[in-house]
Amino acid sequence: MRSDPDGSAASGGVGPWRRPLATLGAWVWGPARGFFAQLGGMSLLLASAASWVGRGLVQPQARLKGETLIVQMVRVGVKAIPIVVLVELAIGIILPLQMYPKLDQFGQAEQVATIVAIAAFRELGPLMTAIVLSGFAGASIAAELGTMVTAEEIEALRSMGLNPVRFLVVPRILATLLMTVLLSVIADVVMVAGGMLTSVRLGIDSDVYYRLSVEAINITGFVTGLVKAGVFGLLVGLNSCHLGLSVQPWQGSDGVGQATTRTVVNSIVAIIGADAVFTVIFYAYGLFS
Amino acid sequence: MTTDTPNEPPIIQVRNLTKAFGAQKVLQGVNLDVHRGETMVIMGGSGCGKSTLLRHLIGSIRPDEGGILLWGREITALTEAELNEVRKRFGILFQSGALFNSMTVGENVALPLREHTKLDPTTIEIMVKIKLELVGLRQHADKMPAQLSGGMKKRAGLARAIALDPEILFYDEPSAGLDPVTSAEIDRLIMDLSQKLNVTSVVVTHEMDSAFRIADRMCMLDKGVVLRRGARAEFERLRDSRSQDVSDPTERLIRQFLRGEAEGPITDRKEQSDYEEDILMVSTRDER
Repeated sequence: MRSDPDGSAASGGVGPWRRPLATLGAWVWGPARGFFAQLGGMSLLLASAASWVGRGLVQPQARLKGETLIVQMVRVGVKAIPIVVLVELAIGIILPLQMYPKLDQFGQAEQVATIVAIAAFRELGPLMTAIVLSGFAGASIAAELGTMVTAEEIEALRSMGLNPVRFLVVPRILATLLMTVLLSVIADVVMVAGGMLTSVRLGIDSDVYYRLSVEAINITGFVTGLVKAGVFGLLVGLNSCHLGLSVQPWQGSDGVGQATTRTVVNSIVAIIGADAVFTVIFYAYGLFS
Repeated sequence: MTTDTPNEPPIIQVRNLTKAFGAQKVLQGVNLDVHRGETMVIMGGSGCGKSTLLRHLIGSIRPDEGGILLWGREITALTEAELNEVRKRFGILFQSGALFNSMTVGENVALPLREHTKLDPTTIEIMVKIKLELVGLRQHADKMPAQLSGGMKKRAGLARAIALDPEILFYDEPSAGLDPVTSAEIDRLIMDLSQKLNVTSVVVTHEMDSAFRIADRMCMLDKGVVLRRGARAEFERLRDSRSQDVSDPTERLIRQFLRGEAEGPITDRKEQSDYEEDILMVSTRDER
């Protein structure tokens, strides 16, 4: 008997390619399926959370308690203020140094202020804040929820007829969304201030800097930055809650650890992706003039 | 003690329950009835399927085949909302207590009351105190779960489980991790609650001392199959019988378990190993 386990010799052309193609397919399909599963899971979670928020607006007893939200916001955002300030200040200080020489050649040195302000409010404020929070808030929420799964707390909640999305996910997602927005405002201001510190050293008059900054930021720029921040925060919250709750009890602490690192990675990828999409949309609609 | 009227159907009915996780068959055609007011102990070795069975009863898992009826209603056919209504009528004590670590003991017990009733905060506070007093934890209402010992966590979990005065209480290995005295105290609580609140109790355990203390009826599982179910007295007789009186292999297996013996059908089953071949293979491999 000739050796032809796949029967590939009979089919002619495809035969020898079958195995390499299968391997390639598996290599691509694995991550692709994981991506779609993650996307699907997060969409379902978002829909569920949104429905609970909607119900909360209409029915008083389904409403989120204010103190729960405050607790989550403090835990998610307030503790991150120092590091966000540090990061934004540093960027604000460094950026003018990079741009000053070139701009000075064209005699436009003071436009450093404009560039820093635009970068801060439209891009780096929301983006860096969200990336910092994906570590701070995202990792900690994923770890917390994952640990609750392994400690049977989630099952206990369900067995008491209480919905984990309503009790745990909604406050956390709202908290990450709101805190990302609030922190980006702080970030924006801090970055511009850092820019001013350096610019003054470089010989730009502080009044000029201030005036140019204010001119560069119109309402549109400010609002688009906040919208982006809100969406970034939402993505961090969704990722962390979904991955935390997806831990299986038998995975134990290993599962929690994996959920935590995957949250940070997925959040950053999602944030960058969303940023790209937003930027293209805003550009196309001419919001950048 | 069974307070069942003869014509009343069992409060819990399990019919042909079958469940596999992937290739692993965890439950195979399990049939079980629990009558109102009685304490049913479900026992078996590790991996026999008893915890999985419990999770089916509380609606956490759905079976591949078969049905579960609580109060005559097929719970796998219920919507999430309907199931949540049923869940208000039973309470569960999880193995670790499963207290919510971000809340105090008192807040844990109050949670079902706050969410499922329209009672005002003062009444809830009183009820929390009553429940905690029943389990002997009234002084510890303001402690966080991390500050409690294992036994206290279980008692707190129990207080939360009885918050809504359930008709059925499920216990998942209540004695796990406890010293003999605390274990006996928990058993006494289980029996107390059964009498005082007239609840039906379903206890999953493999601690035989505990089981024989609290059981009205018992059910032994092995590898996902019900080996035997019946009154406690039946199992006591089997446990106390003389070796030569018991010849049926299944009964001998059950008896080894009831007595906690190191030798018998269960260990014989485990010992079919390839130990000698494995060693020989290693030494011949190294010779080459």
